[in-house]
Amino acid sequence: MKSASTSPIIQVAIRGLMPVIQLVALYVFFHGHYSPGGGFQGGVLLAVSVMLGRLALGMDMSQVVFRTGIAVGLSALGVLIYASTGLAALLAGGEFLNYAFLPIPGLDPPGLRNLGILLIEAGVTVGVMMALIAIYDEIVDSRGEASATATPEPEARRMEDVRKPREKGVDPGPEGPERTPVAP
Amino acid sequence: MHWEIELLMMLVMITAALIALHIRSLLAAVVTLNIFSFMSAGLMVSMGAIDVAFTEAVVGAGAVGIFNILAIFCTTRSSLD
Amino acid sequence: MRKSFHWLLLLALGVLLALAVCGLPARGDLKAPSHRAINPAGAPVAGTYYIRHAYADARTPNMVTVILADYRGFDTLGETLVVFTGSVSVLFILRRRKP
Repeated sequence: MKSASTSPIIQVAIRGLMPVIQLVALYVFFHGHYSPGGGFQGGVLLAVSVMLGRLALGMDMSQVVFRTGIAVGLSALGVLIYASTGLAALLAGGEFLNYAFLPIPGLDPPGLRNLGILLIEAGVTVGVMMALIAIYDEIVDSRGEASATATPEPEARRMEDVRKPREKGVDPGPEGPERTPVAP
Repeated sequence: MHWEIELLMMLVMITAALIALHIRSLLAAVVTLNIFSFMSAGLMVSMGAIDVAFTEAVVGAGAVGIFNILAIFCTTRSSLD
Repeated sequence: MRKSFHWLLLLALGVLLALAVCGLPARGDLKAPSHRAINPAGAPVAGTYYIRHAYADARTPNMVTVILADYRGFDTLGETLVVFTGSVSVLFILRRRKP
């Protein structure tokens, strides 16, 4: 959470695991046209990788991966990408979200629909990922201020007995999503 | 061959749900809930809904587990009842 | 005054939603647009159109993606907005402005 995990096993494992999860997430996102997956799943996987870093490496060290405070704005940007794709089709003469009317030259309607699906999947990915990270950051932020005003004694006790269960608790999270795309 | 696997998955799901209800350590309850989620994802795969299973595995066994662990770190580690 | 205005606004929204529901086709109506396609067995089923036309319309092999993002794109927009609204409401509940 706020401070880094004291176990070196956790730190090394998470550092090795985070790029792998992000790579799988990008594969899931870009291969959504041809296999199960798509924007929502890829976005959640990216958010999970960043949140695992926050959980194990502490808030200070994981600022390198993703900075706190810009998540909500980028989440709005994701929704904006989606809506503006629909709006571009609307302004070009079609219905809202009818990608066959997107103003991009050199493509027939099926190709335009293919491209429109990719565009809105990108919007969903950015929106969902940043929304989850924003929720995590807000929870950790509010806890940090609350425990700063409270007595420091329970905080110290918690940090001590938090060490062991993390080894069990963190691991099953990424294993589920990582195993699934290999199966088909 | 098919319905045996589904029956096994359902038994594991029911067992995991009961363990998550009755165990005292909340972290172990989170892990058993993740098992429940993953088994339900497997059940959906056996029904042929691959996309739903993928979403269930990613959200139920990934993101929800992390948020539950965060909630446990914010409160207490073992249940009171 | 202000409270009665809010109640009036709520009532107007309710009436609008009720009118919109009255405009929907009845359940199982064979003349509804979603039941216009006939599957090979001869029964009107909603999914038949998607199964037949998904690849030709969007040149995308994964039919689920086409239905989620193209035919039902408005639903997915609402889903993304729900997630975004959740994050913003968590922000409003938990963030404390520093004085």
